[in-house]
Amino acid sequence: MKKICLLTTITCLSAGLFSSQAGDITGTVTLKGTPPKEPEIPQAKENPDCGKLLGEGMPTMHHYVVGKNGELANVIVVLKGVPAGSKGDSAPPAVLDQKACTYVPQIMAVQTGQKILVKNSDPVMHNVHSVPMAGNKDMNTAQGPGAPDVTYVPTKPENFLKFQCDVHNWMFAWVSVFDHPYFAVTDKDGKYTIKNVPDGKYTLQAFHRKAAPSSAPKSEEVEVKGGSVTKDFSLDAK
Amino acid sequence: MSSSPHNSWLHRFAILTALGSLGLIAVGGLVTSHEAGMAVPDWPNSYGYNMFLFPVSKWVGGIFYEHTHRLIATIVGVLVVALTRWLGGSRSRLPLALIGFVELLAGIILPQFSPDLKGAGYFLSGIGTVVLAAAAVWAKNESAPKPLLALGWVALAAVQVQGLLGGLRVVLLRDEIGIFHGVLAQLFFGLLCAIVLLTSRWWIGGRARCPQRAANTLTTLDSTVFDNVSGALGTARPTPGWLGSSGLLRFSLVITVLITLQLILGATMRHQHAGLAIPDFPLAYGKLWPATDSASIELYNQRRLEVVHVNAITAFQIGLQMAHRILALLILALIAVSAWRAARKFGVRSPFTKLSFVWFGLVLLQASLGAATIWSNKAADIATAHVVVGALLLVNGALLCLVSLRTVPAESVPALVPSQATGFSGQPIAAGAKV
Repeated sequence: MKKICLLTTITCLSAGLFSSQAGDITGTVTLKGTPPKEPEIPQAKENPDCGKLLGEGMPTMHHYVVGKNGELANVIVVLKGVPAGSKGDSAPPAVLDQKACTYVPQIMAVQTGQKILVKNSDPVMHNVHSVPMAGNKDMNTAQGPGAPDVTYVPTKPENFLKFQCDVHNWMFAWVSVFDHPYFAVTDKDGKYTIKNVPDGKYTLQAFHRKAAPSSAPKSEEVEVKGGSVTKDFSLDAK
Repeated sequence: MSSSPHNSWLHRFAILTALGSLGLIAVGGLVTSHEAGMAVPDWPNSYGYNMFLFPVSKWVGGIFYEHTHRLIATIVGVLVVALTRWLGGSRSRLPLALIGFVELLAGIILPQFSPDLKGAGYFLSGIGTVVLAAAAVWAKNESAPKPLLALGWVALAAVQVQGLLGGLRVVLLRDEIGIFHGVLAQLFFGLLCAIVLLTSRWWIGGRARCPQRAANTLTTLDSTVFDNVSGALGTARPTPGWLGSSGLLRFSLVITVLITLQLILGATMRHQHAGLAIPDFPLAYGKLWPATDSASIELYNQRRLEVVHVNAITAFQIGLQMAHRILALLILALIAVSAWRAARKFGVRSPFTKLSFVWFGLVLLQASLGAATIWSNKAADIATAHVVVGALLLVNGALLCLVSLRTVPAESVPALVPSQATGFSGQPIAAGAKV
């Protein structure tokens, strides 16, 4: 009995010890104000191959993806000033797909050294063209229908590294690259979770291509202490 | 005055080559306007196919513009090689054979240095083969007179440099090479048009009209410029006084240089691949001069909802566009003055005046296209038309300069003429007669 109590105490203490060392940061990002009307993409509809894949109606861009209550998707939320400690080498590959002549997802985030697998799920020819601005690799590769995945491994931190298809000039996606694992991208409900953040005080930044660009992110102070913490952001429509 | 006979077939061939070059500029313009410069990642192959065997079914989207641009470029290249051979006569066979052999050899050796140079190697092997084939043409024709001959060799060099620039821009992923490629295309077109003019019946017919005038009316600069240019072109040296009295050659030269500068600005703007740096006209972001501080630039980028994969707007690009607008105004004003002066000096029937009026019409069209490019949010066909008319403006200026060396409107010259002078109509003018 005494041994059981001792074991239980040690277990509880250990759990307490571990749980006090790291926690998750969660939250929701919302958009304040009315986003501008998304422009149409007539060249996509007129394209003989892509027009068929895009279905009925005129396709539009998705610079702002906003839910019913202002939930803003595609916001990069990241801890600022965290020491480099990328685990990209061992992280599962991130997948960037080309479906219906559209990059899916349009915004993603990876670690340095993490593989990005670019897939072509379309029955049409694309080219995968990276346009780095901070020292990552320039690449331009053909990718036909059913072709093997194109692998890209960014080695330097860069916010919003562009991938584009030059065959279909409306196709572009943005990949943010960090040298640590403490980041997340908001989903369609505007929600994000940054997991296993060591206890401490941090500056949390939110980036959105239009509402909070690289030069002017939204910042909030956050403290992780023995468990999860919630921090919401509100960005303004421009 | 040239004594070589006029060859109408050579002249027609030169016209064909020049038109091919203009078409190539148009398609090249469409490539950039559609942001399709990298749509075919390999060169000179196309998606692994030999470029001449690339299935038509795959010419889709941006591939269509880039691939057809390459095919037309090949045709223009072959035309230029043929033109060079024709201008060079049978005496050019040996130099062409040597050039072709060296290019073939370079094509084999270059890829050994770097895999990035494999495309350049294939290109040189290909063009070297074409040049060797031209050298093998047995026809024993006379070579053209020196200025034309020289222009032919320059055209041969230029078209190959253009091909290399275009290919290297793709394989080396260097957008900035596109700027040189775009500018050289315009200058090359001007060169071909000069060849068209110099092979024309009008030029070779030697209708130089050279009323004499007291030598002391010619400035030193006019004399030096004129002697150098007319000596190079093999034209007769007209009256020392004519240039001094009108200065229109110098004026046309200055405007042509400004147009060249404007083309460089335009090519630099387009190859930033940033779309419209300023989305409104005639104002710029609602002002006469736009704000270019970092907060304003950030706002411009935030508010722009792009539908094409363009790069971010920068203060440099806004500066480029403002310089382009200001220079456009200046060029328009100068061409208007040039046309007015020509009409006053030489009358409306003078070829010089007519060309000046065409120039004025072109610059008005170009200004309209520039405005339309912005108002249409850089519609590809309008932006491309703006590029093509820019090329025509440059050529018009260059031709005006050349034509002015041959046509000397007698009305501009006072009555001190010796008996051998001829008026603009070609009829002799009596000594002492007012012209």
